[in-house]
Amino acid sequence: MSDVLVVAEHRRGELRDVSYELLTAGRELADSTGGDVHAAVISGDVDSYAEDLNREGVDAVHTVEYGEEFNHGVYTQAVEQLADEIDAQYVVAGNTVNGLDFVPAVAERLDLPLVTDAVAFETGDGLSVIRELYSGKTEGTVEVDSEEAFVTVRPGEWPAAEGTGDAAIEAFDADIDESELDTTVNGFEEVGSGDVDITEADVLVSVGRGIEEEDNLPIIHELADALGATVSASRPIVDNGWLGQERQVGQSGKKVTPDIYIAIGISGAVQHVAGMKGADTIIAINNDPSAPIYDIADYGIVDDLFDVVPALTEEFGG
Amino acid sequence: MKILVTVTEVADADDEFEISGTSIADQYLTYDLNEWDDYAIEEAVQLSEEHDDIEVVTVTFGAERVEETIRTALAKGADRAIRVWDDSFEGKTILDPSQKAELLAGVVEEEEPDLVLSGVQSGDVAIGATGVALAEKIGYEWAAVVNQLDLDRDSGVASVHRELEGGVEELTDVEPPAVLTIQTGINEPRYASLRGIRQAQSKPLDVVSPDDLGVELEESAIELTELVEPESESDTELFEGSPEETAGQLAEFLREQGVGA
Ligand SMILES: Cc1cc2nc3c(=O)[nH]c(=O)nc-3n(C[C@H](O)[C@H](O)[C@H](O)COP(=O)(O)OP(=O)(O)OC[C@H]3O[C@@H](n4cnc5c(N)ncnc54)[C@H](O)[C@@H]3O)c2cc1C
Repeated sequence: MSDVLVVAEHRRGELRDVSYELLTAGRELADSTGGDVHAAVISGDVDSYAEDLNREGVDAVHTVEYGEEFNHGVYTQAVEQLADEIDAQYVVAGNTVNGLDFVPAVAERLDLPLVTDAVAFETGDGLSVIRELYSGKTEGTVEVDSEEAFVTVRPGEWPAAEGTGDAAIEAFDADIDESELDTTVNGFEEVGSGDVDITEADVLVSVGRGIEEEDNLPIIHELADALGATVSASRPIVDNGWLGQERQVGQSGKKVTPDIYIAIGISGAVQHVAGMKGADTIIAINNDPSAPIYDIADYGIVDDLFDVVPALTEEFGG
Repeated sequence: MKILVTVTEVADADDEFEISGTSIADQYLTYDLNEWDDYAIEEAVQLSEEHDDIEVVTVTFGAERVEETIRTALAKGADRAIRVWDDSFEGKTILDPSQKAELLAGVVEEEEPDLVLSGVQSGDVAIGATGVALAEKIGYEWAAVVNQLDLDRDSGVASVHRELEGGVEELTDVEPPAVLTIQTGINEPRYASLRGIRQAQSKPLDVVSPDDLGVELEESAIELTELVEPESESDTELFEGSPEETAGQLAEFLREQGVGA
C-alpha cells in the first residue's frame, strides 16, 4: 500500500484544468511513498479523457464507464471500490464544488481522515497538509496521523502535469448499486448573462463588501465613469442584489483578464482571486494590511476607501 | 415536517493580530453567526412560513458564549434550538469534518428531521465537508452548494440548483431525507425584528452533552500542529500619505497607463 489515487474531473465533454494539477499533486505524494500514481476518470467519454490524462508521472488510468456527467452516488461508489482495488494510501481530488460533493462521503464510508483545500504538502515521516485558516490570514499545518487519507487540493496551486506518459489504461468494472442513486442530475443552466460583459473590459473598478451599503455605491460608479472603466464586484455585492450577477468576478462568476483591476474593499478570498489573478496590473484599496488581496496586488493603498475613492475620482475631474 | 439547521459561530480576526499556540489569540477575535448559516436559517424559515406544519430546529456545537448567536437564529424565526457541549471541548477547535458530523449525527438521530440545511462552509476554517460527511453517516441523501431549492410536498422531491464553477448551475432532484449545504445568495436573509428578538428569549434552547446523545468521539487522526502568519509573498508597491496624496500618486500611475485619457 503506497499508491496514490487521483480522481479527475470533467464537465460537459471536457476535462477540467484542475485534473492535470491533481496529477502533479498526486505525483508529489507518490514520490514520498514510493508508490504509483493512478488516475480515475468516471462517466462521460472516458477513453478520450484517459488519453489526455496519460501525462508524465502517471502510471495507470482507470476508466469507469457509467452515465455522462458527474453524479455523486456513482463517484462515491466507484472511488470507494477503486481505492480498495488498488489499495490506495492517499486519494486526491479537487477542492471543487463536485469534489466536495463526493469526497467527504467516500472518506466517511472508509472511515479515513479527510483534509480539504490543501495548498501544499509536507511529506517525509507521514503526511502534513498546509491549508489556510481564518479567511486566508493564517496558514496551518495539519498533521495526518493515519496510514491512509483523503485530501482535496485547491485549484491553481500545483502546476499542470505535462508531456505524455506511458500509463496503462484499464477499464474498471465498478459495481454501481442503482438503488443507492437517489439523486438525479437533470441538466445544466448558464447564469450571469446580462447587458455588460466584464470579461471584455480593459479597466475594471471592482467593489466588495467594504462598501458597506448599497447607498454608497455611487462613489464606485462615479470613479468608473471618470476612468472610463467598467464596474465589477465580489460576491457579497451580487448576493445582496446591489449589482447583477453578470458583474460577479470569481470562481462562480466570471474570469476576467483586464489590463487594470482595481479592487476596492475586497479582501481577496481564494474564490474571488480565482477570477481575477490573470489581470495584468492589480491595484488594491483596502484598509486592512493583512488582507490576502495584498498577496497578489501590484499596487496598493492601505486606507479608508471612503476617503481614497472620492479623491481619486476628483483627480480625473469627476 | 421538520427542518434541522446547523448553525455555527465563526471567528473573524482583527486587522492586526497575534498567534498564540495554534490559534489566533482570543482578544483579536470577534465572533459572529456564520454567513452561510444565515442563508440556511432563512431558507428554512421561509419554508416554514409557506407551510404551517414545518418546524425549524437549530443545532449548534459550542460553549455558552454561542447562545447569543443561537438567539439570533431564534429571533429570525427558528422554533427551538439545541446546543451541544461538554466542558472537555473548551479551547479546542474541531477541524475534523467527521467529528463534527458525529456530533451532529447524534442530534439527527434524536430529532429525525426530513431536511438538514447546513452552510456550505464555516467562513473561518472553510473546511466545507461537514454536511456531506453528516449525510453519509446518517444515511441521508445530499446535495452540496445549493443556491436554489424548490420543495414539492406532494412528490416529496427537493429540486435544487447546485452552483458549479464559472456561472453554471446543475439542476438536480434529491429525495429527502437529505442534507443540503446552502450557498450564499440563495435568498435574502432577514434582520431579526425587535418582536423576533423578544420572542426568542422564551423559545426553548436545550443544552445536551455528547454523552446525552450517546456520542463518544474517537480521537481524531487530524491535528493542527502549527499556525503561522504567512510570510507575505507580496511585492505590492504601496502609495503612502494622506488620501489626497495616495490618490494623486495612483492617478499619475493610471494616466501613465493611458487610463482616463
Ligand atoms: C463555493 C464558493 C464560491 C464562491 N464564489 C465566489 C465568487 O465567484 N466571487 C467572489 O467574490 N466570492 C466568491 N465566494 C465568496 C468568498 O469566499 C468571499 O466570501 C467573498 O469573496 C468576500 O467578498 P469581499 O472581499 O467583498 O468581502 P470581505 O471578505 O468581507 O472583505 C471586505 C474587505 O473590505 C475591507 N474594508 C472594509 N471597510 C473598508 C473601508 N472603509 N476602506 C477600505 N477597505 C475596507 C476589509 O478590510 C475587507 O478586507 C465563494 C465562496 C464559496 C464557498
